[in-house]
Amino acid sequence: MATEANGAAPGPATELCGLRLAHPVINGSGTFDAIAAMRAFGDELIASFPFSAFVSKTITPEPRAGNPPPRLWETPSGLINSIGLPNKGLGGFLEHDLPLLAELPVPLIVSVMATSREEFARLVEGVAPRDEVAALELNISCPNVKSGLIVGESPAEAGALLECLRPLTDKPLLVKLTPNAQPAPVAVAVQESGADAVSLINTLRAAAMDPEGVGPWLGAGSGGLSGAAVRAVALHQVREVAAAVSIPVIGMGGVASGRHAAELIFAGARVVAVGTESFRDPAAGVRVAAELSGLLRAAPA
Amino acid sequence: MEPARATAPFGRRLCEITRNQASGAYRVFSALDPEGPEPAPGQFYMLAAESGWGGADGRPYLARAFSVADCERERGGVRLDFLLHDVGPGTGRLCRVEPGERLWVTGPLGRPFAPPRDVNPDAAGAILVGGGIGVAPLALWRRRLSGAGVPTRVLLGFRDRERFGGIDLFRCSEMRIATEDGHQGHRGYVTDLLSVLLEGDDARSAAVYACGPPAMLEAVRVLCAERGVASELAMEAPMACGFGACFGCAVPLAGGGYMRLCIDGPVVRGDQVETALIKGSGGH
Repeated sequence: MATEANGAAPGPATELCGLRLAHPVINGSGTFDAIAAMRAFGDELIASFPFSAFVSKTITPEPRAGNPPPRLWETPSGLINSIGLPNKGLGGFLEHDLPLLAELPVPLIVSVMATSREEFARLVEGVAPRDEVAALELNISCPNVKSGLIVGESPAEAGALLECLRPLTDKPLLVKLTPNAQPAPVAVAVQESGADAVSLINTLRAAAMDPEGVGPWLGAGSGGLSGAAVRAVALHQVREVAAAVSIPVIGMGGVASGRHAAELIFAGARVVAVGTESFRDPAAGVRVAAELSGLLRAAPA
Repeated sequence: MEPARATAPFGRRLCEITRNQASGAYRVFSALDPEGPEPAPGQFYMLAAESGWGGADGRPYLARAFSVADCERERGGVRLDFLLHDVGPGTGRLCRVEPGERLWVTGPLGRPFAPPRDVNPDAAGAILVGGGIGVAPLALWRRRLSGAGVPTRVLLGFRDRERFGGIDLFRCSEMRIATEDGHQGHRGYVTDLLSVLLEGDDARSAAVYACGPPAMLEAVRVLCAERGVASELAMEAPMACGFGACFGCAVPLAGGGYMRLCIDGPVVRGDQVETALIKGSGGH
């Protein structure tokens, strides 16, 4: 089990829910596929792995093909995506992806999503016992098919989900909050029900119109906005949530430099995630961590 | 069989522009890559200008994907040639790069062209079919095939004078041209020329390689399928990262589901995909 973070990366070392991280920069779920990146960049990726923990793309109980294309739209200083969580499902993940992700030199956090508490429980019971897995992140930006409510937009739904999942594992449960509703009440609810940390922000709901037509551009109609365009929103929501909870906050949203990461930390984040910037620069995590290390050393205590 | 792909150095790097000149209505520019390996024909790079990337309206924001039109190991690194057409804020900025400026470069990326015998075990030669700006990767592939002694025929199609260029990259005589406006060569589609070539008895010993706009690629794919000719298509899809991270460049597979074009392509077998009609990026 990979519990020691990449020793070659810059500090400062950080602790997150009992995980020792060599520095405070991880990836946002769904923004870096370490298995595909190994095919593109070879062993050099492992030798200079950009993150101090790796968060997997979200897995669901059954395989998903993802949304029909087009899936991307570039906005001013940002990106709208409607990918639709393509993944191999729980069985495919455990059989094919987990052995490869276990080779990474950093702790593995597995992101999971389901549309009912029973299916969420199935994911947690399938993933959490594996030694390769250090923690789980619950992606709750989805509807509960029974209530019809987006779990992450309802403190009651989110709290009830955590109450159901908390007894199933001793491993850290992180909750990815949605920015499309007030995140602080949801953060408080999941903390009260046993969550170990919260991460935010997820993408902001967004749409683009077909430049040569009158309908939506994206195959799924609408998607989520990320990148530099959302950084100011992320700073506000991280500040608000960090003030409301005592558990660690993982801050993300448009981080492209050490300064951006430092600002999220000053706003209350324990750990920072890089997402869309990795699309523009695959080694962005290395650069952000190095710049952040210098800034935090220089910052007044 | 998986063709040998060159592995990219991890991360992006700065490469200096050494040349930017007209090639018909297109631009061809060279960047000197001091670190990278030589790309395999069909592989691509993600490119962004070091400065002036992100204009008044905040675009371009992401890097843009381009396949290599030519490359040569020179003193100081590998010279990479790219063929561009100004069709949006990213290509517009890149068309205006000047010698001495620097580009952010990630690559080489993706699956390259496979040798003819891997595409068709009975292949006696190669037929390259290019359309518009999509002639770029075929220029490098033709050089490699000729160097290996593979008989190669080149068919290039263009819409009109405003979308015509890149033929100087081929530097060969066995080339046929089609233009929709008839200002050069055959008046009509490049697939008209391909259709005639594939009528002969030697169609079964051919391997077709195509790159061009979606409608042309789809016509090539369908024609080759009808005639039982093996083909490879160098495709394009909206792409944010180029290395499998964003899952944006989904292309529907013949058997259902999607492939990521950046990591499982951009060169695909014609029979792998359900269609080559992939909607563009909505403004490159």
